[in-house]
Amino acid sequence: MRAIEAGGDPGPAWHLFEQSGFLDALVPEHAGGAGLELADAAPLLALLGGHAVPLPVGDTMIARALIVLADRVPPPGPIVLAAGAGPTPFAGVAQHALVVAGCSIAQVSVDAVVPVDAHLTGRLVAGATVATFSAGRDSLRPISAVLRALLIAGAVARVLDMTVDYANQRSQFGKPIGKLQAVQQQLAVLAEQSVAARIAAQIGCRNGLAPSSIDAAIAKHGASVAAVEATAIAHAVHGAIGISEEFDLQLLTRALHCWRLADGAESYWAAILGFGRAASECGSIDLLR
Amino acid sequence: MFETLTLSPIPPEDEALRLPLRALIAEQTANMPLDRRARSWQGFDAAFSRKLGQAGYLGLTIPKEYGGQGRGPFARFVVVEELLAAGAPVAAHWIADRQSAPLILHFGTEAQRQFYLPRICRGEALFCIGMSEPGSGSDLASVRSRAEPKGDGWLLNGQKIWTTNAVHSDYMIALVRTSGGLADRNVGLSQLIVDLKAPGVTVRPITDLAGDAHFAEVFFDDMHLPPDALVGREGEGWRQVTAELAFERSGPERVYSSLILLDAWANHIAAAGRSDSASLRLLGSLTARLAVLREMSLAVTARLALGESPVIEASLVKDLGTGFEQDVPLLIGDDLAAHPDEPVEPELLRTLYYVTQIAPSFSLRGGTREILRGIIARGLGLR
Repeated sequence: MRAIEAGGDPGPAWHLFEQSGFLDALVPEHAGGAGLELADAAPLLALLGGHAVPLPVGDTMIARALIVLADRVPPPGPIVLAAGAGPTPFAGVAQHALVVAGCSIAQVSVDAVVPVDAHLTGRLVAGATVATFSAGRDSLRPISAVLRALLIAGAVARVLDMTVDYANQRSQFGKPIGKLQAVQQQLAVLAEQSVAARIAAQIGCRNGLAPSSIDAAIAKHGASVAAVEATAIAHAVHGAIGISEEFDLQLLTRALHCWRLADGAESYWAAILGFGRAASECGSIDLLR
Repeated sequence: MFETLTLSPIPPEDEALRLPLRALIAEQTANMPLDRRARSWQGFDAAFSRKLGQAGYLGLTIPKEYGGQGRGPFARFVVVEELLAAGAPVAAHWIADRQSAPLILHFGTEAQRQFYLPRICRGEALFCIGMSEPGSGSDLASVRSRAEPKGDGWLLNGQKIWTTNAVHSDYMIALVRTSGGLADRNVGLSQLIVDLKAPGVTVRPITDLAGDAHFAEVFFDDMHLPPDALVGREGEGWRQVTAELAFERSGPERVYSSLILLDAWANHIAAAGRSDSASLRLLGSLTARLAVLREMSLAVTARLALGESPVIEASLVKDLGTGFEQDVPLLIGDDLAAHPDEPVEPELLRTLYYVTQIAPSFSLRGGTREILRGIIARGLGLR
């Protein structure tokens, strides 16, 4: 992971994912895929987040399914989902991108990337358009947001595990810091956020690859809030070692911030949901049930 | 961790309860002002509870042989959700239906089940739960009220305080010491059913900061209890109390206490023609949090439906849920105050002021925030 982040060749690692068959998990069976529903594949996507895999495996799984659903043949190599002009996670190792072009989705090559975090997250400089296919209006950002929510949910769960382990091992004042109520109360909040992030992400998955904007908003809002709380608590409990390069926590917390800021963070999706609710004139329960 | 909590849709047969119930609720709440509906599960109306019982909306999880509906926790979730979303007065049956009936079903004798459950299901036997005492709040194992064996029954002396609905209730299920001493902590405690209309009981209402008297102090003075006052086993009270906590801590009532205010404010900003992004963001962020909490509560309901007792998971939902309930009045108050030249209906303002004032209770009742977080920490393996 560190080698790829430092600009090393992602090829060998990518080759393993390609061989595994997971990249076509969401592609329909008649097109040679596994035909999994997004909700069924959700644990896989969260697992990628939990290991902070520095490759757009989840992006590519979704992109290949979208391309096949548009009756086209997906290109080989890593594909990222890049719905807007903001920084794109995994852009530094992407060969292709799906971008929004008017009311369509365009498949473009990646010519260059302006990095903003190590060599992974950055602004894409799109190259030639390989294909465009019509899709529902505003269809790319919701599914991208749901993917980020799943990655966040997986990473927050891992951060919880790491932080609880650390609190049980690290001794101060003659006992593990996990015995201190002030620390316990914070870890309880981290646990709550971990469950909330997972449930939020699952809400985003209930309509497959075409989430409603309301479901995507609930998913990405909840996951983004959890990312903020979880990173703060994990670093507070770990102390100085948590911000050192050689300790693995930073791989997860840096990724959490990248995924939170990608495809709209909590305020963007709060406004989308607020707009949707204001338009519906439903009470809370009728809107959500 | 806590991976068993997962998205759990309401089964269609339980969802089907929703619309017929709405008509009954609408009839009841039609003339209730918002600030009374915001009393949520503290609104008391014994006639309405009996009406719900007659229509089959109480005792949903109680077997039919005891007068219940023989359905499951999802059916109860739908009914409770509809009642709370409308601000219907549910206090009269609330504790009996939520906790006392499952407790008696689980730990009671056959005679106790036959005696109490059908009346609870009809909304005719009102219960309160006697836990806190002047010296026992969060440290519940330190209760001093004591029932000594006397003849073939019990002699009860002591005091309970902050007992919700004691003034209106027929019975209290009291946690008292029946053996050992204070040093034995949670060993030697038992649950006794106390007839609050019997001699030896004094109930004094306590008025809260909003002017309501939903809780009370209750004194027991040489009160004689029959042998069958004991629920479950002598000395097992702590274990029995703990077993019922998952029922008490995960329901929609731990998420919806400010729902009347939220929905009324949503209507207000629509009527005021607000379309600025700050208003929409607040509406959206509160709705998004509610959406996740509702699914978390349903996820715990699914574990209850499987016969589990997910106490830690329920604590997690309650802590997050009550935090949301408390944020709602503060954020909505700030929003309305940020529009000082916009007229607001007095009914909405009264609702806002009431919920703002009572909101601290949301994370006190049924286990404080700090106690719940301690329980979660233990579940994480930290204690």
